[in-house]
Formats: sequence, C-alpha cells, structure tokens
Amino acid sequence: MTTTTRRALLRVTALGSVAMAAALVGCSKKEEAAPAAAPAASEPVAASAAAAPASGASAPLKIAFAYLGPVGDGGWTFAHDNGRKALEKELGSQVQTSFVESVPESADAERVFRDMVAQGNTLIFGTSFGYMEPMLKVAADNKNVHFEHATGYKTADNMRVYDNRTYEGAYMAGVIAGGMTKTNTIGVVGSIPIPEVIRNIDSYTLGAQSVNPKVKVKVVWVNEWFNPPKETEGAQSLIDGGADVLLQNTDSSAVLQTAEKNGKYAFGWDSDMTAYGPKAHLASAVNIWGPYYIKAAKDAINGTWTTGHTWWGVKEGAIDLVSISDKVPADLKAKVDKVKAGLKDGTFAIWRGPIVDNGGKEQVKAGTTADDAFLGGIKFFVKGVEGQVPGAK
Amino acid sequence: MDTYALLLAATLNAGTVLAIAGLGLLINERSGIVNLGAEGMMLVAAIAGFATAVQTGSDWLAFGAGALAGAVMAGAFGVLVIWLNTNQYATGLALSLFGNGFSAFVGIHYTQERLGARPHFAIPGLSDIPFIGPALFRQHPMVYLTILFMAALTWFLYRSRAGLVLRAVGESPESAHALGYPVRRIRLIAVMCGGALCGVAGAYISVVYTPLWVEGMVAGKGWIALALTTFATWRPSRILLGAYLFGGVTMLQFHLQGEGVAISSQLLTMLPYLATIAVLVLISRNPVWIRTNMPASLGKPFFPGS
Repeated sequence: MTTTTRRALLRVTALGSVAMAAALVGCSKKEEAAPAAAPAASEPVAASAAAAPASGASAPLKIAFAYLGPVGDGGWTFAHDNGRKALEKELGSQVQTSFVESVPESADAERVFRDMVAQGNTLIFGTSFGYMEPMLKVAADNKNVHFEHATGYKTADNMRVYDNRTYEGAYMAGVIAGGMTKTNTIGVVGSIPIPEVIRNIDSYTLGAQSVNPKVKVKVVWVNEWFNPPKETEGAQSLIDGGADVLLQNTDSSAVLQTAEKNGKYAFGWDSDMTAYGPKAHLASAVNIWGPYYIKAAKDAINGTWTTGHTWWGVKEGAIDLVSISDKVPADLKAKVDKVKAGLKDGTFAIWRGPIVDNGGKEQVKAGTTADDAFLGGIKFFVKGVEGQVPGAK
Repeated sequence: MDTYALLLAATLNAGTVLAIAGLGLLINERSGIVNLGAEGMMLVAAIAGFATAVQTGSDWLAFGAGALAGAVMAGAFGVLVIWLNTNQYATGLALSLFGNGFSAFVGIHYTQERLGARPHFAIPGLSDIPFIGPALFRQHPMVYLTILFMAALTWFLYRSRAGLVLRAVGESPESAHALGYPVRRIRLIAVMCGGALCGVAGAYISVVYTPLWVEGMVAGKGWIALALTTFATWRPSRILLGAYLFGGVTMLQFHLQGEGVAISSQLLTMLPYLATIAVLVLISRNPVWIRTNMPASLGKPFFPGS
C-alpha cells in the first residue's frame, strides 16, 4: 500500500516535470504550422515559377521573417511586421514575404531558419538578439542565402547585423519623464540585462536628468521579453515603490496598462501604444523598420548586398518619439523637438561626457563622445540609477 | 511604511490567482482524480473571460464565462478518465497542451482588444485606516471571496456529510461504491468543480490581474497551483497560505530589485517547485503522514464491480 502510494507520488512529480517540458515543446510545435500556412497563400506564385523556370528572371525575391512574439503584441514584433508590410508595399511584386511568429530563442530557432531556407527564401530576417548563434550556424551551411540579424554583434560573409538606436527614443522619453514626475522617482521594467537594454535605461536616465537633476531611476528585471503578468507585477512594484513615470524595455503593453490602472504615467515602446492606456500614455518611442527592410531587399535584388553592421536612429528615420500627450507642457515638447533636431543634423550627442556611473567612476570623459563600440558594450548604470546591473562584478 | 503596505496588497492579489485554482484542484484531488490540465483550462478560461468582458463590459459575467469554459474542459477530461479509464496523467497533459493551442487559436483577434476603465475597489471606512487600509481593504472583491470560499470549503470537507462522501470516494472508492454512492458521478462533479475554479482563476488573470489577452499569458501559474495542492498536503487553509507565500515571493523579488537589492529572480522562480518536492520527500518518508495527508486513491482508476 505504502509503496504503491509512494510510487504514485513519484509519478506525479515526474510527470509534472515532463509536463513542463512538453508544454514548452507544445509552444514550438504550434509555430511549425505557421510557416506552412503563410506560404500556402502564395503557393500559386511559387508553383508557376517552378513550372516555368524560363521566366525565372522576374521571379520575386523570397523573404522570410522570424519574429520573437506574436504579431499582435502591439510592441516589438508588431513594429517589425509593420516594416515587413512597408517593404511589400514599396517593392510590390518584386518580393514575396512570409513570417513565423513566436519563434523561441533556442535550438528551435535553428530549425525555423532551416525551414525558411528549404522553402526557397534567399533573404532571411531574424528579429531578436537570441537568434544570433542559430542563424550563424544556418548561414554557414547556406552561403547563397543572405541573413539579416537584428540587434546582435556577430557577422559572417552572408550574415549581417542591423539595429536601431532605441536609446535615442529612450532619451527623448526620459526628457518628458524628468519633467512630468512629481515624486522625482521614475521606473523602468527591464527585460534581460544585455547592453542594449542597459543603454536604454541609462539614456532614459540621462534624458530625465537633463531637465531634472534630482530624478532617481528604479529598475526591475523580468528576465523575459514577453510575459505580461510578470511585466505587470514588475510595474506594480515600481509604482508601489514610489515611481510615477514608467518606461519598459519589454514587448507588451502591460506596463502602460498597469500605469493606467494606478493613475500614473508611462510610455509606449517599439510601437505607438496610445490606445492601450490613453490617460497614462505620455508618448511612444517607436522603431520604424520599413526603411531598412526596403534597403536590404534592394541590396539583395541588385546584387549589392555586403556584410556589415547598420545602426540607424533618428537621423535615418528609424527612431522617433510619437503621439506626445497633451498633458506634456509645451516647454517640454520644445525640448524634445530640440533633441530630435540635434540628433537629426548631428549637432547633439546623447553620450557626451562627462558621464559617471553609479559607482562614481567616470566612464566618458568631459568633452568626448562615446563611440559605437563603447555603446555596444555598456555594462554599467549611470549615476542616478539605483542598484547594480545583474551579474555585474 | 507605505511601501510595505502596498507590497502586502500586491501579495494578496498575486496569491489570489493561485489560491482559487489551488482550491479547485484540491476538490478534484480529494475525489481521487489528478488533473494536470490546469494550465490549459486556465488559458481557455482566460480568453473566454476576456472575450466576455470585452463584449459585455461585466467582470462578473467574465468570471462566469471562465468558470463555464473551465468546467466544460474538465468535464471532457472527466468523461475520458472516469468512464473510459484513460490514464489520468497523460490525459491531463493532453488537456494542458490542447488548452494552450486552442486558446491561442480562438484568441487571435483579441490580442489587440482592450477592456474599458478598470474599477477601483475600497471598503468604505476600513480602507482609510493607515497601513492596514491600503494593505488589506482596497482589493478586488474576489480576494475576499477567495478567503470566504476557503472557509466554506473547509467546513464542507470536514463538517458536512457531502464532504465526507467526497473524501471517502478519494480514499476508498470501493467502499463508497459498496455503500451505494455513485462514485463516478461524484468524481465527475468534483472534477468539473475543479475546472470551474481554475476557470475563475484564469478569467481573474485576463480580466483583473493583467487586463489583456496574449497567448500563453497564464505563464505557468497553473503548474504552480498544481504544485501548491501537494505543498499544502491537500488542506484548504494551507493552500491559501501557500498561495500567499508563493505570491509574496514573486512580489518581494521585484520589490527588492526596485530597492536595488541584487537577487536572482531565476532562483526564486524555482522555489515553489523545490518547496513542493521537499514536502513530497517529507511526507513520503512516513507512512502515517501519507495516510493522514494524501487521498489514498489519488490518481488511481476505479472500475466498479471489478
């Protein structure tokens, strides 16, 4: 009796853990259906191209996108999909695009990329940092396919990197946050402590300090890009801790909605999120990927594609702060416009010294401007941010 | 000081989701059925509740829709495992995976929907008491209902005849059957009650806790609720305490981060499961503890007349 019960208990535990694993596998299985479904719509085109290879010269360039979240996240992935749509609109029948949503940053990503190659795509975009290694592996095996990786740092002959200077949007949001806070405490819900995110937190802080030297910044990490309940919990704890203007470097609108619920302020991130929290929304720092996607496709079509690293910002029209709320006073708006104009014509730099980290060490000397290599490897919080970067020694 | 009050309030809110689902699972486990499909039922209920709230604007109708969705899924599970005698664990896993995919499928068009203004709740008078007011008396009514329900469930299980029958079915279905109780029907009702409560918890997540819908948004809370029933050794009051404990750990780690204290959230994510395994090890080493704590026929199929 006792032994059987104990065995049953063990079985519960064991199956529980199998369940967790199975649930994870289940998520990825679902995505398998997506690529099959997406090209299905355009099958006639592919079929006719195959049937008449003689007319292959006018065959459209097949382009595939791997997205981290669902297209409907209203944030990061939504912005990429808008870029894809802009590309289709601009180049019309010259291109044929498809996408796979919710691709995990794991070995599954490699399988998705291999599927995309097998389906005849010759330009493939991976829109998240975690796809770097899988993409590198697939790129090595498929030299005739061009790979484009967002936000990474490793390249190959047929794989290049593109990114947006999201920190410029964060800085402009910071200018507004610094002017709007009443408690002199603003908060950030961080995703994963990589340089990109740390740079955004720092730039948000620098922006806020440019109008309000007393401002303090609190940070919580949810260690995921997309987990609305966790983002909500993180935002709630920041508000409970006294922060009254929030920014998030996560991919959903949960933080904005939490601010709305609590009568505080927040920003939209990656996409215009006004509608998700009309009262709380101060502005949205958006990514506009269309221009780069159009350029990349043209490079591939014209045979001018070369490897490299592209980092576009306000200057190239890839970053903007949009839908600024009427609650923001005119003088703050004017300051944002000044920053935007300065970034556009190159007369203003966000990372101009002196910049001191929150341990008191001078990181950028007075009179100098940090270069892209420095910005790419930031692992410190600037003065004014509370706490330490996780894992920092 | 205020920060701690708010931390306490957030803990109650976070724990309520786990408590509702945990109490539901307790009911069906007391009848001898393990339903590993909690996560899937909660997801389907979350989208059902969210869609209802979007269409009708009523949170209470949304909870009703969530309960119904959970009960229907649990009912299907119940028929499979109770009458067709399929393996409870495998069927539960299938239910969970099905719920995950099904909710994503039917919810596609709700991802960008928004609910109207969320109401604020406060108990007049009590909510103005310093510290205690903001900590305890400004919660969604569901938080208090959960505590009342726990008390009612305790009374039902240990003080009422129907509760005794339910426990008998979970301890020794053969004896209950010999006494003339309809074991299978009782188990089905228990399983459906469990599903309905998981459904309410799912709707609470999408309508109150994080008022939006995205696929997979329950994010493991169903599994924690399952672990919770074991952690609480199948006692309602301990489920409530365990839920607040697990909810509190989650909120505390964010709170500490906000204060600049370095703490590994990954470690804390593991804690509920580690704690559950610790409890399993503790009670499994002692036959008396197993007998007093765990429904004796948990997870075993019952063939009447065999």
